[in-house]
Amino acid sequence: MSPASANPDAGRPPSGAGGGRRHSALARYVAKRLVIAVGLLFGMTLVTFCLTNLVPGDPVAAALGQRAADDPEIVARFRTEYGLDRSLPAQYLAYLGRLIRFDLGTSWQTHHAVAADLAKAVPATMEIAFGAIVGAALIGITFGAWSAYRRGLATDQVLRLVSLIGISLPTFWTAIVCFYVFYYRLGWAPGSGRLTPGVAAPPNVTGMYTVDALLAGEWRTFVDASAHLALPTLVLTLYTIGLLTRFSRTSILEVLDQDYVRAAKAKGLPGRVVFFRYVLRGAAVPVLTVVGLAFGSLLSGTVLVESVFGWPGLGSYAYQAASKLDLLAVMGVGLVVGLVYLCVNLAVDLAYGFIDPRVRVGR
Amino acid sequence: MTRRSPTARLWRAIPPGLRQPLGLAAGLIALAWLVICLIGPAIAPFDPLAQDLPRFSPPGEVSFLGTDELGRDLFSRILAGARVTIGLALVLVCLSMLIGSLLGLLAGFFGRWVDEAIMRFTDLVMAFPTVILAMVTAAALGASLFNAVLAALVVSWPQYARVVRSIVLGLRGNDFVWSGRLLGFSAVRSIRVDILPGTMGPTLVLASLDIGTAALLLSGLSFLGLGARPPTPEWGSMVSAAVSHFDKWWLGVFPGLAILTVVISFNFIGDALRDALDPGVAPR
Repeated sequence: MSPASANPDAGRPPSGAGGGRRHSALARYVAKRLVIAVGLLFGMTLVTFCLTNLVPGDPVAAALGQRAADDPEIVARFRTEYGLDRSLPAQYLAYLGRLIRFDLGTSWQTHHAVAADLAKAVPATMEIAFGAIVGAALIGITFGAWSAYRRGLATDQVLRLVSLIGISLPTFWTAIVCFYVFYYRLGWAPGSGRLTPGVAAPPNVTGMYTVDALLAGEWRTFVDASAHLALPTLVLTLYTIGLLTRFSRTSILEVLDQDYVRAAKAKGLPGRVVFFRYVLRGAAVPVLTVVGLAFGSLLSGTVLVESVFGWPGLGSYAYQAASKLDLLAVMGVGLVVGLVYLCVNLAVDLAYGFIDPRVRVGR
Repeated sequence: MTRRSPTARLWRAIPPGLRQPLGLAAGLIALAWLVICLIGPAIAPFDPLAQDLPRFSPPGEVSFLGTDELGRDLFSRILAGARVTIGLALVLVCLSMLIGSLLGLLAGFFGRWVDEAIMRFTDLVMAFPTVILAMVTAAALGASLFNAVLAALVVSWPQYARVVRSIVLGLRGNDFVWSGRLLGFSAVRSIRVDILPGTMGPTLVLASLDIGTAALLLSGLSFLGLGARPPTPEWGSMVSAAVSHFDKWWLGVFPGLAILTVVISFNFIGDALRDALDPGVAPR
C-alpha cells in the first residue's frame, strides 16, 4: 500500500497544529489500535479452541497413548483432571477465566505449566528472530535501494533474480544444506542445540543465552551460544532477505518517481542527502510495514528451521504440542505468537506517526 | 496494412517478462515440470516404491541421483513426486481462489454487516503466522495429504478475499453496474455479468504468484510429517529423510532442488504476468 492511499486525508493541509490536540489524536489512535488488538487476541483463542476441539482427532488418545486410552477409568480420570468432562462452552469460559489471571493451564505432554514452558521457548526463538530480522532488514533494504537506483540495468536484474531465489527457497531445505556444508563438511559451525553438551547454561535473566552470558560475564558460554546461533540465524535471514529486497525496491521506485525527489535532485543536492532525507524517508512507511509483516512470516519459518537444528524454541514447542493435540499448549503458542504479531504491528503503526506526520492528523 | 505471421503474433502474446533468456528458461522449466506431472511415473527408470536397490548408494553408481535409506531410486521418486507436490499446489490454489473470491465478492457487493463479518474474520486468520496455523489444523485433522491441503486452505484464502473485495468496491459504484441494477438485475446476475469479469485478471495474477507459495507450504507440512504418509513420494517428506541421515547429502539436496526450481519458475512467470497485466492491485 502506498503512503498516500494509506490515509485518505493525505492531501488535506494539516489541521490543528496545536500540540495538545495532536497528542489527543495520537492517544485516540493508540487506544483504537489497542482495542482492535485485544479483540484479535480474543478471536485467536476462540479459533485455536475451535480448531483443536471440533476436529476428528482425539486429544485424549494423543496425550495418553493408545493403551491407556483403551482403559475407560484412566480416560475418565484424565478428562476430569483437565476439565474435559464439561461442555465445550464451559471449557472455553473456564479457560478465559484463568487467562485473565495469566494462567495458561498445564501442558498434557510436558506436565509443566504452559506459561513456564513458553517462558523457556520464547527467548530461544527471539534470539534467532531478532538477529535474522535485523540482518535481513539491513541487507534487504540496501539491496532494494540499490536495485531501484539501477532500475533496468544489470545490477537490478541480478538483484531481482537473487531476491526471487530468496523467496523461493524452501526454508527446511536451506537449513539442511547449511547444516551439511558448515557443520559436517567444513566443521565451521557447532552441532544442533543451543549450547555444546557440557557447557552450562548461564544464570537465567532474559532467557537469551548470549545476553545472559554477557550479563554474568561468562565469556566462554557467550562464544559457544553465539556459535550455535549463527546457522539458524543465517537460514532465517536468507529466508527474509528476498521478501524485503522485493518490497523495498518497489517502494523506493515509487518514491523515486515523485516530484519532490526530482525537485531535490534538480536543485543540486548531493545524492547521499537526496537518498537519506528524501527517498528513504518517503519509502519508510511501506518498508517498515513489510519489515513488520516479515517478522511474522519469520516466526512461521522458525517452525521448520528449529526442527532441523534441534532448537528448543517456540516452533519446536508448537510442533510437539500440535502433533500431540496438546490443546492448552497449542492455545498458549497461539496467544504468544498472536501477541508478538500484534505488538510488532502496533509498534509499526506507532512508528508511522513519528515518520509520517500525515498519519497523526485527521484520525 | 501489414499482417503479422502467426508465430510473431504468438510471440507477442507472451508477456514481455518472459520474452528474455531468463524468462524463457523459467517458462521452459515450469512447462517441463508440468509435463513430468503428467508422464512422470511412466518415464521413471525404476519403480519409485520398490525397495530392491542397494541402500544409500551415492549418485552415479546404481542410478542417476542415488538411492535412499530404503533402497529406492531417488530420481524415479522425484519424477513420480512431481504430480503430488505440483498437482496438489494447483488444487490448493484453485480452491483458495474459489473460496477467497466468493467471500470477497459477497463482502464487497453487499457491504455493511456482511462486509464487516467477513473482513474481520479475514483479519483474524491473517493475524496468525501461516505455518503455525496450518500446522495446528493439519495435526488436528490427522496427517494425510488431503488434510494438508485443507489445512493450507485455511490459511491461504484470505488474500484472495481482500483483493477481490477491493476490486468489487471499486466496480460497485460504476454506472454500468447501476444501470444493470435499475434494469432489474438480481444480485446474482449483477455479480455474474457486471462484477465478476472485472475481478478475473488480478485474481489470476495473484493465483499465479501463489502457486510457488502453495508448493512451499504443502511440502513444508509434509516435511514436518503432517502431510504425505510413507511411502508416497512427496518432495518435502523426502527432504525430511535427510535430517536423520544428513551425511548422505543427495537424499535432501535433489528433492529440495526440485521444489526450488518449481517455485522459482512459477514465481518468475507470476511476476512476468503481473508486470504485463498489472492493474496496480498486487504489490509490485
